[in-house]
Amino acid sequence: MTEPHPLPPLLRRLPIPPLAPQAASLALTAFLRRIARRNPAILARLGPHERARFLIDVTDGPLLLVMEPGRRRITAHPRAATPAHDAAIRGRLAPFLSMLHGIEDGDALFFQGDLQISGDTAAVLALRNALDCAELDLTEELAAIPGQPLSRWLRRASGLAERRSGYALSRQEMLP
Amino acid sequence: MMELVCPAGTPAALRAAVDAGAHTVYCGFADETNARNFPGLNFSREELAEGVAYAGARGAKVLVAINTFPRAGDQALWHRAVADARQAGAHAVILADLGLIAHAAETHPDLRLHLSVQAAAANPDAINFYAETFGIRRVVLPRVLSVEEITAINRQIDIETEVFVFGGLCVMAEGRCSLSSYATGLSPNMNGVCSPASHVAYSEVAGNNEARLGGFLIHRTPKGAPLPYPTLCKGCFTSPSGGGQAQTGHIFEDPVSLDATELIPKLQAAGVRALKIEGRQRSRAYVAQVVRAFRAAVEAAEVGEPMPAGLLSKLTEGQAATTGAYAKTWR
Repeated sequence: MTEPHPLPPLLRRLPIPPLAPQAASLALTAFLRRIARRNPAILARLGPHERARFLIDVTDGPLLLVMEPGRRRITAHPRAATPAHDAAIRGRLAPFLSMLHGIEDGDALFFQGDLQISGDTAAVLALRNALDCAELDLTEELAAIPGQPLSRWLRRASGLAERRSGYALSRQEMLP
Repeated sequence: MMELVCPAGTPAALRAAVDAGAHTVYCGFADETNARNFPGLNFSREELAEGVAYAGARGAKVLVAINTFPRAGDQALWHRAVADARQAGAHAVILADLGLIAHAAETHPDLRLHLSVQAAAANPDAINFYAETFGIRRVVLPRVLSVEEITAINRQIDIETEVFVFGGLCVMAEGRCSLSSYATGLSPNMNGVCSPASHVAYSEVAGNNEARLGGFLIHRTPKGAPLPYPTLCKGCFTSPSGGGQAQTGHIFEDPVSLDATELIPKLQAAGVRALKIEGRQRSRAYVAQVVRAFRAAVEAAEVGEPMPAGLLSKLTEGQAATTGAYAKTWR
């Protein structure tokens, strides 16, 4: 796989269209709710930490995200003001995706400085462990949305984009 | 072939370990009965039974670590854990506490018992006592012994020995550390957590990143540099020397991990039956990579081929490794 480059710096410099955070919030919340329905064990593993507000700062991305698992909600915010949160995870998009898809170890990314955390460490640890156990595959989660006609195209496009960009867009299959 | 005993903090990690070639997987319940009682980690009773079935269908075994020390008046939690591990079909339970071992031996005579590293049995007399009194079948040796000492122990005992070959190290005599308790009030041996995440705080102060445990500053690094998890024994401290000049360094222990890959042939010759990988708190990606590498290593050892080296440095704490006490070069 190609070594992933950071997202283009232009992404962070472009002005955010007025309704973009709201639109991103709606789409991401709908996606989170779908994932929570299909993977109820994630919330069970989070336990009391489902009430925490997680700031997800994809440092090469244009917006800050706050995920509230207990309220099944993700909100997107302009970078100008950091929204209230209990715990924060910061890093480029590539290590986030590698960790989520089981390709790289979260602790190793942390030891190397590719991911940084602050705030409620126990909540971050619970989230990391819950997501790791869920073996999520974001491409499959999107492709499996009922009624959308682009599943096959999405899987093929994701595979192609993964090979070209080096970004982990789907779950690593464990080979026996 | 030497048996490879691999960690699993979640059912996904258990499957990853089995698929990557683990002969045996060890795990624990999601409570204070095991020494990796971290948020979001460990197994429910149902998950354990499913894990045992998954491993069994692929020729692998599951061990259950019940290796903390029961609190006085509150032993029922630990007794229930032993009974439930047996009920789920675990191959063996890994125990440390003398009273719990006696309970397990009396109540579940058919259950295979392993002696945890937490019991700190580091000489033949201690090991033989456990074996003769309670029928312990395997001892996990403390990480304070050299290969020569392990060889000597194996000549004088009749049960199997298991040794750690990879993962985090502990500076204290196993199971007797009070540093975490001092800083947080929570004990690794009683509550199953060393440096619990609930007491960890990362912050940015004046251009530096700081990691604190229970309010104590454990690490300070320039912004952007890697910041280790604030385990007290691996902290970087500043202290005045005798002359009054400040010294900064790792007072107790360097933040390095054990990697005894190169010593596997010697451990095999020393009569060690099983090699253990530390890391139930790590992800399924870690488990898969480490297990795959060590499966290749034990297969190479079996046919007398050289050991692969340096494959796993990226996964170790501080990205540095040591052979620990196995080769006591300081002697």
